[in-house]
Amino acid sequence: MRMRTVEISVGAFMLAGMLALVAMAVKVSGLSLKSGGETYELHAYFDNTGALKPRSKISMSGVTIGKVKEIELDKNTYMAKVVMDINRHIDNIPVDSTAAIVTAGLLGEQYISISIGGDEAYLRSGDRFEDTQSALILEELIGKFLLGTVNKGE
Amino acid sequence: MKFDVLDRLAQLGQFGLGHIQSLGRSGIFLFLAIFSRAGFSGRGSLLIQQLYNVGVLSLIIVTVSGLFIGMVLGLQGYSILVRYGSEGAVGQLVALSLVRELGPVVTALLFAGRAGSALTAEIGLMKTTEQLSSMEMIGVDPLKRIIAPRFWAGVISLPLLTAIFNLVGILGGVMVGVDWLGIYEGSFWTGMQQSVDFVHDVGNGMVKSLVFGIVVTWIAVFQGYDAIPTSEGISRATTRTVVYASLAVLGLDFILTAVMFGEL
Repeated sequence: MRMRTVEISVGAFMLAGMLALVAMAVKVSGLSLKSGGETYELHAYFDNTGALKPRSKISMSGVTIGKVKEIELDKNTYMAKVVMDINRHIDNIPVDSTAAIVTAGLLGEQYISISIGGDEAYLRSGDRFEDTQSALILEELIGKFLLGTVNKGE
Repeated sequence: MKFDVLDRLAQLGQFGLGHIQSLGRSGIFLFLAIFSRAGFSGRGSLLIQQLYNVGVLSLIIVTVSGLFIGMVLGLQGYSILVRYGSEGAVGQLVALSLVRELGPVVTALLFAGRAGSALTAEIGLMKTTEQLSSMEMIGVDPLKRIIAPRFWAGVISLPLLTAIFNLVGILGGVMVGVDWLGIYEGSFWTGMQQSVDFVHDVGNGMVKSLVFGIVVTWIAVFQGYDAIPTSEGISRATTRTVVYASLAVLGLDFILTAVMFGEL
């Protein structure tokens, strides 16, 4: 009889441990099966990617539709090539859309925001955004601003 | 004078040799304990009894400390982040620090104190009262019968305890942050979900706790098995278990963090 109590409590313990893991997967890390592997790749070339990192989000109208897969330097053009994973069901991005690197708030992380164009044709897997807008570097902006006021004064 | 110096040198040599021998013995011991696993496939009740002793009985201390650590993290995070108007990031702070660091490390430390010391004392007393040698005499391998079930029970229990600790801690953070301090629930949970990656954060935390489980239980059962068979020897072995296991967990945690999250 005592052995049975022990067995039941061990079973409950192991079940609780596994349930805690599942709860963390679903509730804490927001793991969902439908947004898992179902993605396609799009490319974009930027002059400067700033603080963009792999796993940064890609948003359209404020809704997250994918994430950055990798960032590398294109040796021929000296531009940064960003590979993005977009959710499979967002398959109607017009070819003349703009990809811009923007910052969430003043000190927030950087992400890619996609503004919709008006073309009838849609981007397919492996296509690239023709129209891009680089990250805003605060120091450069301040530098230009200072230079501008100095020039005005002369 | 010269004689004295040589004496000291010999003492140092003895000290070093003793420790290297002990390390070697514990390595052989671990190897034997792992590979005698096949022996108890038909005697699962031994493992279940040890899972109860090691895992179920540690549940209370793990859940209570998880709850309070989560609550303190929520409180401290709020009091600092609210100055910058970003109290929505409290969820992210609580979840990431628990899942990556505090969960595996604190659970392993509690486990070393609660279950590791008990294992050492139990096995040490068995050795002192010559239960182990009488087992050998009747043809039962104490490694299979005594050590292997305890070792595997520890390795299985610690990751499960860590998962429970993490979840209870996050719920504690939610209780303080959302229910008492009034952080908006939506930003709390979405901030957490966006920053915590299942494989990278939760998965690596679980790998950490598996490594800690192996190391802590190994140290505990070896110290018991290797104890000097006197009452003083058992008390020393129990102390050594807690000290060595805690140091090993903290040191290994740094190495594992550097390997897992270092390049970020």
